[in-house]
Amino acid sequence: MSTDLLSTPLLDWHRGAGAKLMSFAGYEMPIQYSSIVTEHQTCRTSAALFDVSHMARLRFDGDHSEDLLDHLLTRKIKDMPIGGVRYGLICNAEGGVLDDVLVSNLETPSQRRFHLMVVNASNREKIKNWILPHLADFPTVTMSDRTELTAMIAVQGPKAMDVCKRLFKCDPTKLKYYRAVITEQFGKPVIVSRTGYTGEDGFELIVRAEEAERIWENILLCGRDEGFAAAGLGARDTLRMEAGMPLYGHELSETIDPISAGLKFACTLKDRSFIGDEALRKIHADGPKQRRIGLLIEGKRPARDGCPILDDSGNPIGIISSGGPSPTLGKPIAMAYVDAASSKQARYAIDVRGKLIHATAIPLPFYKREGN
Amino acid sequence: MSRDPASLLYAETHEWADLTSDDGIATIGISAFAIEQLNDLVYMDLPEVGKEVAAGDEFGEVESVKAVSPLYSPVSGTVVEVHSELPDNLEKLNEDPLDFGWIVRIKVSGDEGRDKLMDHAAYEKQCSEAG
Repeated sequence: MSTDLLSTPLLDWHRGAGAKLMSFAGYEMPIQYSSIVTEHQTCRTSAALFDVSHMARLRFDGDHSEDLLDHLLTRKIKDMPIGGVRYGLICNAEGGVLDDVLVSNLETPSQRRFHLMVVNASNREKIKNWILPHLADFPTVTMSDRTELTAMIAVQGPKAMDVCKRLFKCDPTKLKYYRAVITEQFGKPVIVSRTGYTGEDGFELIVRAEEAERIWENILLCGRDEGFAAAGLGARDTLRMEAGMPLYGHELSETIDPISAGLKFACTLKDRSFIGDEALRKIHADGPKQRRIGLLIEGKRPARDGCPILDDSGNPIGIISSGGPSPTLGKPIAMAYVDAASSKQARYAIDVRGKLIHATAIPLPFYKREGN
Repeated sequence: MSRDPASLLYAETHEWADLTSDDGIATIGISAFAIEQLNDLVYMDLPEVGKEVAAGDEFGEVESVKAVSPLYSPVSGTVVEVHSELPDNLEKLNEDPLDFGWIVRIKVSGDEGRDKLMDHAAYEKQCSEAG
């Protein structure tokens, strides 16, 4: 594989484990170690470890960092408590999505406060360049890119919290969902965040790059009897699809707004001013022109991104944004954008490379864990 | 009777062709190496009986969890039989790619494309180099 790809601190481990590697957002990443379906099921029944170090981590220090981020995000950041985590969108003035991000409000043991933003790998430079001019308006705030200095590990699955609770100085099971804390593992600092991208309970860790392999192996060892295993980007994609979660470049782009994407919950539109607010208020008031829907495919043939959705006369009324087999449901699923006027149909026809297949509309997500 | 991998010819795109039959009908499948690389097969699209194919033409599709891969015909001719039980039993492809795993039978119309096929040793070499 070409040597100009970036590598995460865990690449040697992935190679040693026999992972199939691929280029993703400029990084050499594991797509699978054994089988995507097996890794998917490990996450749903036990817990899976994902190397997500390719995701960009931007740190904002200094007074008024919450004001800067509040101005950039669709979600209110100003009132976040220490330890809070919020999902939000960064939009352009037209309401198109530049990225979907997680922002955490953290405090170090020495009471130093900062915000951390986790950005999609493919959007790292774009988002940094987007933020730079706004930094000038907040002279007390500094932005630093922590991506290369750190690694990020997602531990996801019903057994993740229980098995790993002894690993950290603070008990992560005491963390509520969408809460994060800076704690220690073997005397080394680690950020534990009860968040994820699989539809399962679990956490995401941010650790120093040089500690990544040790912590990764610690967790695997801790969960060995419970069946913990590493999982690649292939399973990460089928898991997030079942959970109905958007992926930038598929469900989100600069020409898609969060209202159409069904992400109104991540937009605080009232009594706030942020980039894109007027456009989003108008789209919300008028109703979006297209809507994201979930589809259960009839038959075995998956409908994948780019397949057109047709009306009875064969005219396009939408397009599949993500699709593939659902290991949990045992049949193909898809997410799609359809014209608002056609978004209430019970059944749709999809053109899969010249052959027509059918799908039933079902509410997202396709999969919800028990007790949630 | 079990098919001997050494008696088959292989396309660069990982289809195998059994041309040992006297009736001029080739049996086509995909190699164990390809099946392992594809991993987690979920769907197979077969052609209609009677379809004319030229060597190198796409005659069907096989899909894994992650990707769609076209199936290319290693020979030219007419499809005379398709293995209609295969799409519902794709897991058996892993276990038995050469016998249960046959995909189509093609009445061969000529030698076109034959020179591009590899014998078993050459194909093994290609696979080991692909890692």
